[in-house]
Amino acid sequence: MDFLLESLPQCLINGLTRGSIYALIAIGFTIVYNSTDAINFAQGEFSMLGGMIAVSLAGAVAGLGLVLPTWVYVPFAALAVMAVASAFELGAINPARKAAPVNLVIITIGGSILLKGIAMLIWGKDDLMLAPFSAARTIRLGPVGFELQSVWVWAATLIAVVLLHLFFRRTIAGKALRACAQDRTAGALMGIDAGRMTLIAFALAGAIGALAGVIVTPLIYVNYFSGTLIGLKGFCASVLGGMGSIPGAVVGGLAIGVLEQLFGTYLSTGYMDAFAFVVMLAVLLVRPSGLLGEPEGDRA
Amino acid sequence: MKKLSLLLLALAFALAAAVSGCCDQVADQNSAGPVALAKADQGAAAMVTSGRTQTPSDQAETKAGDAKPVPPAATKPAPADAKAPAEKAPAAPAAEKKIPAGEPIKIGAIFAVTGPASSLGLPEKQTVEMLQEKINATGGILGRPLQVIVYDDKGDPKETVNFANRLIQNDKVAAVIGPTTSGTSLAIIDALSEAQIPLVSCAASFKIVTDDAGKARKWIFKTPQSDSLAVEKIFDYLNQKQISKIAIMSSADGYGESGRDELKRLAPNYKIEILADEQFGPQDPDMNAQLTKIKGTVSKAIVIWGIQKAPAIIAQNAKTLGLTQLIIQSHGVASKTFIELCGDAADGQVLPAGRLIVVDQLADSDPQKALLAEYKKEFEAKFAPDKISTFGGHAYDAIMLVKLAIEKAGSTEPAKLRDALETIQGFSGTGGIFNMTVADHNGLTKDAFVMVEIKNKDWAIIKP
Repeated sequence: MDFLLESLPQCLINGLTRGSIYALIAIGFTIVYNSTDAINFAQGEFSMLGGMIAVSLAGAVAGLGLVLPTWVYVPFAALAVMAVASAFELGAINPARKAAPVNLVIITIGGSILLKGIAMLIWGKDDLMLAPFSAARTIRLGPVGFELQSVWVWAATLIAVVLLHLFFRRTIAGKALRACAQDRTAGALMGIDAGRMTLIAFALAGAIGALAGVIVTPLIYVNYFSGTLIGLKGFCASVLGGMGSIPGAVVGGLAIGVLEQLFGTYLSTGYMDAFAFVVMLAVLLVRPSGLLGEPEGDRA
Repeated sequence: MKKLSLLLLALAFALAAAVSGCCDQVADQNSAGPVALAKADQGAAAMVTSGRTQTPSDQAETKAGDAKPVPPAATKPAPADAKAPAEKAPAAPAAEKKIPAGEPIKIGAIFAVTGPASSLGLPEKQTVEMLQEKINATGGILGRPLQVIVYDDKGDPKETVNFANRLIQNDKVAAVIGPTTSGTSLAIIDALSEAQIPLVSCAASFKIVTDDAGKARKWIFKTPQSDSLAVEKIFDYLNQKQISKIAIMSSADGYGESGRDELKRLAPNYKIEILADEQFGPQDPDMNAQLTKIKGTVSKAIVIWGIQKAPAIIAQNAKTLGLTQLIIQSHGVASKTFIELCGDAADGQVLPAGRLIVVDQLADSDPQKALLAEYKKEFEAKFAPDKISTFGGHAYDAIMLVKLAIEKAGSTEPAKLRDALETIQGFSGTGGIFNMTVADHNGLTKDAFVMVEIKNKDWAIIKP
């Protein structure tokens, strides 16, 4: 019992740390789902690419004898990944736009494998590092310790949620995206170019993915297949929080993170990874719309 | 237009799968893993066949620095190079040296030059190339040139099996050196034994040379100190420090599981109690859960058994969580790359290692010092300063043992080679002094290790 009480705060902090990583990825899933009704399984790879590109930029800068703080690379990595995501959408998703969502999902899985292969060819198979945003690494609050970089992850998640909320609710483009997701044909009748909306959605997802990738690399390093597990966990988080709801994505991410840590610390660390997927299955069985999602129905 | 795009996408899909399909999720090196596309194996193999010994050493520069961002990796040497046979004649025509002539002696080598174990496999390959030149410059073996055929298995057991078969059937080698990791070595011991070709592995697990009944496998040898020796060295140290309660963390792969078995098996012999037995995945982003559990125990030391980035992440997490236990790593992280990956959490960790990494701190009377100093000088001059690692040393020992065996047997017939290997005594290599016997195909004792501490981001030998 003592162990339980003493370690609980640390366990929760661990969970919030990892959970915020999942939350950022889950937001990317949500954006694409909101506009195409399909799941983009290349989201984890967008994040991996963001990290890799930042590493290359840092290397190039170091080659010139300079050292820039890591956050400087965020906008450049975001732009680069936006370009990749847009190319992916134009080349693979758009031509298949009339297809059923399940076909689009399979295309995105293919895309993720492609991106992994390209990353492996360009960056090799080693683990690559980025310096943390600020020099000091560890924060201790009483019995609890966590890395300063985690604070940046939380901050980034918060900012992303606020900005996206404003985007989707207050701007014309955002509203058009939502309209398109609800009913493509009706949107077209209103003069919304569905193809362009999907492009914007992917570009946005790419940018968020890159942000996640750069912020998280100082914590967990990056290699050509580190996007896969994070992507899948992020997907679990979206499902848990309610596919299509951005606050849901955040809640889902944090929840999965905390639940995972609770399970691992008090029950079994060996099955920790599996636990996240078990949670997702449970959600799909019991309440498919997730914690914050709206139940959907079709007329018979 | 839509059809064309889909077709192009399918093509890209197939291409990407061919390139990366068999390499996915290689982290668990023990598992069979998803079945690789047959095409994938051939495709990947074609790309790396050019790992014939003449690869340019500039590739070594880009691969060596793990922590630094890697510039676009030199795409594997173009297949065109593969057609050129590896050099046989020595480079420098020193007049008094004998120039080897005649049919080259072919030895096979399989290393994980790229992939999760690349910081182990690359120095092994570089060492082998360096030695081949040196041996051929000083008369070859039995007057014949040495030709080492090197393949890159990327740390993937499926590829190791492919290359082993190729070396046995196509290249018809007299012996095989490597592979780099325990998982990949275990994958080919049967194939080599059936083909009756001696294997000198560069991997740690004692299971490679010892079968389940405790007897030495007839055709299999290895040069790295066994993990059981490393465990004994660590336990000796713990006894010295009067630490009897420990926690262990091992990675869920061949290396980690073998280490864990040894730790649990030998602990009672040293009156050491294992209070927590945790495992982690080699690709896990953090090990906070395991460390939080360990924090709740009264253990005074944590022994970590893993390679590449995971042990570094553990060291960092332990520092963040404020753990006070002494951190003891395994010999699997005895390379500078590990210190770089640890960042600020490097200092204070202790591990057993071969004498090579602290050669400058050895007493002059140490029987291995001269050989180690020479190897270090030559390797660093040829490749990069400060890149010496004990893993390259394992490959050094393997080649030299094979050379000695051939010279002893006077022939390259695999059976005679094997018999000669088994009788080598007193060979002073980089890993220690080897005394092979019928029962012991590793030939080392725990004195092959020294305990080393990380101080100021560098190795410091711990005087016994």
